[in-house]
Amino acid sequence: MTERLLEVRGLTKRFGGVIAADAIGLDIARGEFHAVIGPNGAGKTTLIGLLAGEIAPQGGSIRFDGNDITGLSVDRRSRRGIARSFQITSLFSDFTALDNVALAVQAHRGHSFRFWQDARREAQLREPALAALASVGLTARADMRVDRLSHGEHRQLEIAIALATRPQLLLLDEPMAGLGPEESARMVEMLRKLKGAVTVLLIEHDMETVFALADYVTVLVYGRVIASGDPAAIRADRAVQEAYLGEQETSAHG
Amino acid sequence: MLYLIEQCLNGVQLGMLLFLLAAGLTLIFGIMDLVNLAHGSLYMLGAYFAATFADLTGSFVLGALLALIATAAAGMALEVIAIRPLYGRSHLDHVLGTFGLILFFNELVRLIWGPAGMTLSLPSEMLRAVQIIPGVYYPIYRLVIILVTLAVAALLYIVVMRTRLGMLIRAGASNREMVGALGINIKLLYTLVFGLGAALAGFAGLMQAPILTVQIGMGENILILAFVVIVIGGIGSIRGAFVASLIVGLIDTLGRAFLPDLLRAVLSTDAALTLAPALSSMSIYMLMAAVLVIRPEGLFPAASR
Amino acid sequence: MKAAREFYRKVVPASWLNPRAGFTAAVLAMLALVPLYAAATGDPFALTLFTRVLILALAAVSLNLIMGYGGMVSFGHAAYLGIGGYAVGILWKEGFASGFLQWPAAIAISALFALVVGLLSLRTRGVYFIMITLAFAQMVYYVAQGLDRYGGDDGLTIGQRSSFAGIVDIGNNTLFYYLCFALLLGSVYLVSRLVNSRFGMVIQGCRSNERRMRAIGFATFRYRLVCFVIAGALCGLAGALLAEHTNFISPAIMYWTRSGDLMVMVILGGLGSLFGPVIGAVTYLLLEEALSRVTEYSGLVIGPALLLVAIYLRGGIEGLFAGGRHDR
Repeated sequence: MTERLLEVRGLTKRFGGVIAADAIGLDIARGEFHAVIGPNGAGKTTLIGLLAGEIAPQGGSIRFDGNDITGLSVDRRSRRGIARSFQITSLFSDFTALDNVALAVQAHRGHSFRFWQDARREAQLREPALAALASVGLTARADMRVDRLSHGEHRQLEIAIALATRPQLLLLDEPMAGLGPEESARMVEMLRKLKGAVTVLLIEHDMETVFALADYVTVLVYGRVIASGDPAAIRADRAVQEAYLGEQETSAHG
Repeated sequence: MLYLIEQCLNGVQLGMLLFLLAAGLTLIFGIMDLVNLAHGSLYMLGAYFAATFADLTGSFVLGALLALIATAAAGMALEVIAIRPLYGRSHLDHVLGTFGLILFFNELVRLIWGPAGMTLSLPSEMLRAVQIIPGVYYPIYRLVIILVTLAVAALLYIVVMRTRLGMLIRAGASNREMVGALGINIKLLYTLVFGLGAALAGFAGLMQAPILTVQIGMGENILILAFVVIVIGGIGSIRGAFVASLIVGLIDTLGRAFLPDLLRAVLSTDAALTLAPALSSMSIYMLMAAVLVIRPEGLFPAASR
Repeated sequence: MKAAREFYRKVVPASWLNPRAGFTAAVLAMLALVPLYAAATGDPFALTLFTRVLILALAAVSLNLIMGYGGMVSFGHAAYLGIGGYAVGILWKEGFASGFLQWPAAIAISALFALVVGLLSLRTRGVYFIMITLAFAQMVYYVAQGLDRYGGDDGLTIGQRSSFAGIVDIGNNTLFYYLCFALLLGSVYLVSRLVNSRFGMVIQGCRSNERRMRAIGFATFRYRLVCFVIAGALCGLAGALLAEHTNFISPAIMYWTRSGDLMVMVILGGLGSLFGPVIGAVTYLLLEEALSRVTEYSGLVIGPALLLVAIYLRGGIEGLFAGGRHDR
């Protein structure tokens, strides 16, 4: 059990001529709620992609729970305890909400070369799935097909699926994007409940949420870390103000 | 040795024909995101049109020219009538729909031209063998095929790389919506591209008609080879199609020519006799399998889709 | 019209009164009665035709497993019909006429071929996958053409149906028909258990959103490979049955248009439903048969019909009953 759950050093990724990640360095302690902010196009989603294993870096390393995971595939990282939610929701749209979460449970409970028993009747899968749905407030929608749910419910489901894998590290990619005020408030509540229970790396644009919840904040601009520290320090940082917070005052966001 | 050179030239010839087909296929897939199984049918039409027009006019060249125009026109008509509704649909829909077109065209050809196939004769001059390097003789017409198809390949390269149409084609391949947003008539562009693909296919069909075949179902056989070319060369890449066509053409031809003897030297005569024809036709699939293991996206993958 | 359908669905329990289920039941009943009809009319043609329908329906069921449920569009499935058939034929030719050897061999060799093809092609997607499976199937076709000892392009006439040590005489056409029917129903049942099991959930999840599957921790490749092998093995069994039925096997059964036929049957019946492939097979083959009696040029009708289906019909024939809301 290492203190530092995630250690990122010099992580670099180029797409053609564009540097999406420029020698990013980052530390996240166990139980920490760590936010990553930055203007659009700063490479935040690329960072999640690199951490989750979807994108292969051209340089740098990632250590998780003391082990080097830089070369591991997406599914192996998930099995090690890294879960992510997608910025553009990525769900099993022709299945029910319960089925969606049950699949995530199934991935982490034994193997799936079972060919005969009805998986939808397995209590081992159903119960944890229902619990995950309850924790995000979607119990009422358990048996509804995902393509019939609202956008806000999709976002909640994204979190439920990630939680159902019982992760050590939760990578959340703009979970509040496109949510109305009520739904946003609900999401913030949910995130607040997660604080301390799971280690979280949150990418978000909503500054209030970020500064209310985060223990530490990292600021990313053009793929580079320009500042990292506790919320108060970040607020006061001149470079951050110029590059980012100033923009935030004038831009309209939901 | 002479036999080897001759077979190599045959391989290049096959490769060039394959390139014409593969280039059309890969263009259509790259730009319109359409899987077109009926491409082989256009190849077949090219051959049948050429045979018919050559008969009518008494001249191979005139027949070929008319056939080219007819095939391109048929291709564009096909695009407007049957292909347009398929754009934007799943590839499975494309497969189903164009499969139906294959059945239709095979039957149509059988109705119009009968089941027996046709022949297209060349002036005997063309079939004479010339000495290309001391001691090596090769039929003029086969040389013509190689040279003409190389010229077409060069022309294609110039069009795609150096002209406005080509620029639109390349832009459309990487970002369809953008090209539409720029006010270009996408519909017309698509029809033209499809017509171009049809012309290439028809051209391949008519060029090989005098020496190979004009019969129903000829399109399917070569279409599979074209698919192998595209998998090896990389989808969407014309350069990849060119290189892969040559490789496939050479390996298939040389395999069929030399593997039986090679096998006979290694295995017992009986086993060799049984296995040889089967194995020699497998060579390009083995190649494809190897490429899939080493580089699944092909040798020259274009920008990913 | 839509309101009426909604009302009907709410009032009538979703059981066998459901139009879709009713239609399926009718088709199955018809299939069950065919031998009786053949006996009554003294005309064996119906029996022959429908035996073929049953066998190809079995092949379609196997293809539906990977295509409809798994999202793997294989354009080379007819290869397994050929491999299974040739297993029976070659073994017979070499003096082994026992069904206990031939049929398992057909299944095993098909499974092996599926394993190799799957290993090579399942890392690819979409168009690539379609082309590659097509190419490998055609390769088998060419190989079969080159096997002079076993008839080459002309095919191999199989002198007798396999013997099962006297337990069952499949030389009896009616018995053979019901055996095929039983195997068909059995395979549908097998698929139904498969797709609802943990394994099936993974397969369907991969079809639905493979990126998500990997993100939650599934090593998707191995599951899809196993599914691919199961489908190949099942189709190999169909191939063995076909060889028995016609007492003949030739490369033509593996020609790529045959793979296309199988795909059409699956699509017509509605992808990813249990009895869909059966209905699709029955429909397609009967239509083909009926058309060939009316015209010599059935392709002129079937071709454009397929195109129209591709353009207009979502969810296939079964989808018609679901109000076309299935979108696969």
